[in-house]
Amino acid sequence: MKLAFWRKSTHEEKASISAAAAPSGRGVLQAIRRSLSPEPDWSALERALIESDAGSATAGAIISAAREETGGTGRERLRSALVALMREDARATASEGSANQQVILLVGVNGAGKTTSAAKLAARAKAASLHPVLVAADTFRAAAIDQLRLLATRTETALVAGRPGGDPSAAIHDALTQANARGLSPVIIDTAGRMQTKSGLMDELTKMRRVIQKLAPDADVEVLLVIDATAGQNGLAQASGFNRAAGVDGVILTKLDAGARGGVALAVRRELGLPVRWVGVGEGGSDLLPFDAEAFADGLLGDAV
Amino acid sequence: MFDALGNRLRASLRRLGGRGRISEADLEAGLAEIRTALIDADVSLTVTDALIASMRQRAHDERIVGGIGSGDRLIGVVHAALTEALGGSGRALDLRERTASILLLGLQGAGKTTTAAKLALRLLREGRRPLLVAADPRRPAAAEQLALLGASIGVPVHREPIGTPVAEIGRRALESATRLGRDLLIIDSSGRTTLDQELMRELSDLREAVKPRERILVLDAATGQQALSVAEGFKSVADPTGLILAKLDGDARGGAALSIAGGAGIPVLFLGTGERPEALERFHPDRIAGRILEMGDLATLAEIVREAGGDPSAPLAEKGAPGSSKGEMSFSDLLDQLRQMSSMGPIGQIVKMIPGMGGMAAQAEEAVAAGELKRAEAIILSMTPSERENPSLLSIPRRRRIAAGAGRAIEEVNRLVKRLEEMRLLIRRTGGLDPARLAGGGRGLPGKHAGGYIRPKEDKKAKKARRKGGRR
Repeated sequence: MKLAFWRKSTHEEKASISAAAAPSGRGVLQAIRRSLSPEPDWSALERALIESDAGSATAGAIISAAREETGGTGRERLRSALVALMREDARATASEGSANQQVILLVGVNGAGKTTSAAKLAARAKAASLHPVLVAADTFRAAAIDQLRLLATRTETALVAGRPGGDPSAAIHDALTQANARGLSPVIIDTAGRMQTKSGLMDELTKMRRVIQKLAPDADVEVLLVIDATAGQNGLAQASGFNRAAGVDGVILTKLDAGARGGVALAVRRELGLPVRWVGVGEGGSDLLPFDAEAFADGLLGDAV
Repeated sequence: MFDALGNRLRASLRRLGGRGRISEADLEAGLAEIRTALIDADVSLTVTDALIASMRQRAHDERIVGGIGSGDRLIGVVHAALTEALGGSGRALDLRERTASILLLGLQGAGKTTTAAKLALRLLREGRRPLLVAADPRRPAAAEQLALLGASIGVPVHREPIGTPVAEIGRRALESATRLGRDLLIIDSSGRTTLDQELMRELSDLREAVKPRERILVLDAATGQQALSVAEGFKSVADPTGLILAKLDGDARGGAALSIAGGAGIPVLFLGTGERPEALERFHPDRIAGRILEMGDLATLAEIVREAGGDPSAPLAEKGAPGSSKGEMSFSDLLDQLRQMSSMGPIGQIVKMIPGMGGMAAQAEEAVAAGELKRAEAIILSMTPSERENPSLLSIPRRRRIAAGAGRAIEEVNRLVKRLEEMRLLIRRTGGLDPARLAGGGRGLPGKHAGGYIRPKEDKKAKKARRKGGRR
C-alpha cells in the first residue's frame, strides 16, 4: 500500500536525485561522440549497470530489454528500459487520498539509516501539515532511543519511546494507543537493525505487524525496507528476507549521495517486484525525496556511454 | 561468510576439478563462471577482471590446458590467485609506542562504534589498557553509544561535549590517557554518508593531534561496487593501514575484501562476525581463500574454541584423532562439544570451519533454533557412562530405556547414534583433528591435495552424470 500526501516531487527534487546518483557531469562530449556510432556498445552499458550494483543477472536482463526498445542511442534505449522497470504501476497508488490513519514500519539491517529516515519522514509529514508521531522501537542498539529523541526534539515531533532492552511490540502498543487517543498520524516506527538471517529477530517483526493489525485494524500500514545505496547484492538478500518476515511494501534507498548509484534497487524491483518509495540524498532533515524513476535512471547512467 | 561466493565457485570448479584434461574452451567457460560468481559476490568489476586475467595467465604458465590432472591443478591456480589478491599473510597491529593509538575510519553505518568496542575488548584481553575515544562531534548520541559499549566491556570512554573540535578531543584524550594510566587510544571518528570536505579536515586534524600509527578503515561487508572507490577516497586523506570488514555474520558475501585488498592494496586485518563484543576474528588470507573453496578453516576454529575458554586440543582434537587411547569419538566427547558450542555463539560459524562441512552450516543453525542440541544433550545424559563411551552397547531395549529417560521418542535416539557414526566417519576421513595441524593453519593434510583441500564427496548420481558428460 502506498501513502499519498507527500509524494509529489518538485523539479528541484528530481534534479537533486539525478545529481546525487550521477558520478560526475563530464559526459556531454562522450555522449555526443557515442551517439554518432551506429550500434550501441552494449557491453559497456552492461558494465555500467554492473558497476552500479545491479548484479550480473539483472544487468543482463535490462540490457536485453533495452535491445528490444526501438529508436534512439543505446543510452536512450537503456534509459527507457530502466524507467519501464522502475516506474510504479497504477494499482499501487490506489490509496491516494485515503483518510485512514497511516502507520509506517521501518525495517532493515544495522546501519542502513532507519533512525535518520524516520526523522526525515516525520519532518516531511510536518511540512505537509500532518501530525506525525515517532516511535522509538529500537530497544536493542545502545543509545538508539536517545538518537531518535534528539532528532524528534529538533523537529518538534511527538515521540513515544520504548524501554531499552524491552519488548519493541510494547512500545508500538503504547504508541498506537496514544496516536488513536490524540488523533496522530502518520505513526512512524523505527525498529532495531537486524540481519535477515537471524530467524528469531525476524519473528519479532512478524509480531510487530500483528500488534499493529490488532490495534489499528483500519489503518493504512506501509512496511518500508531501508536499504543502503552502497549495498551490493546482499541488498537483494535483505529484501527477500524482510519481505518474507514482515511483508515489505516498498524501499527507502538511503545514502544515494555517497557516490553509490543504488543499482541494487533494480535487482530488488526485478526479482521481488518491490518499488522504491523514497531516496535519501543527504544528511539534512529535508534530504529525503519521493522516488522518481526518470530522475533515478538519469543519475544511474551518469556519463556511461 | 563468503558462502555464496564459495558455493558458486565450488560448483564450477567441481565440474572442472573432476576432469583429467581441460581444453581451452573448458578453461574459458570455467573462468566465465568464476567471473559471474565474483561479480555477484560484490567484487569490484575492475578487480574481478584483473583476477580473471591473472588466473588465465597462471593457468597458461602452468600448462594446465591439455595437461594431466589439470582439474585439480586449476583449483590450485584459483586458490593462489585469491590468496594473493587478499594480500598474502596477515600482519599484527603496530602498537609499540607507550601510548599507542588506533584511528577508526569509515562511512556512516559501517560499524565503527561497535568495532571500536570489539577491538578494545580484544586488546584488553591481550594485556593492553585501552581508552575508547568518542571523536564524532556531530552524530546525536554517538558518544552515548560508545559510553554504553565501553561500560559493558569495562573500558573507560573519553568524551567531550558536542561541538568540541576533534583536534582538541584528540589532545585531551591523550592527556586523560596519561592521567588514567591507559596505554592505548582507540578513536572512533565521525561517519558521514560521503567523504566530504569537513570529514577530510576532521581526519587530518585528528591525525595531526594524535599521530596514530594504525589507521583502520571499517567497511560494511555488504558494500557493493562502491567499496574500492570508498577505500581510494580514504586512502587519499588518511592512508589506511588496514581494513576491518564488519557485519560478516549475515549472508553478505564480503567480496569487498577482495576489492579493497586486491584493488587498493589495503590489507584486511579483522572480520566482524556478530553483535557481541567478542565477535571479532583475525583475518588470514589463505584461510579465507580456503574457505571460499571449501578447504576448511581449522586454525580459526581452534582460535574460537580457545577464546571461549575451551581447550582446543581436548575434545575436538585428541578424542577424534586416530591413535589416541580410544581411537574414536564417544558420546561423552559429543556432549562436551555440544556444551562448548553453546558457549561459543552461532554454531553455523563453527561448523563452516570444519572441512567438508561448509554446506551443513545452515542445517546446524536450524538445529540450534529448533532446540535440537538441547534434546541431544538430554538423550546423552540419559545414558550410563559405559554406554556413552561405547555406543555399540546400545541395544534396542537400552535405547528404549534411554528414550524414556530423556522423554524423547526412540527414533530420536536412533538418529543421534547414527549422527555419531557419521561424525566418526567424517573425522576418520579428514585424518582427525589433531592439534599440530590446528596450529599449522590447516596445512599439511595427508593426501595429494596440497593446502589441506579435501575434495567434497560427490554423490553417485553426479559422478555418473559427469562420466556421461566426459564420454560425449
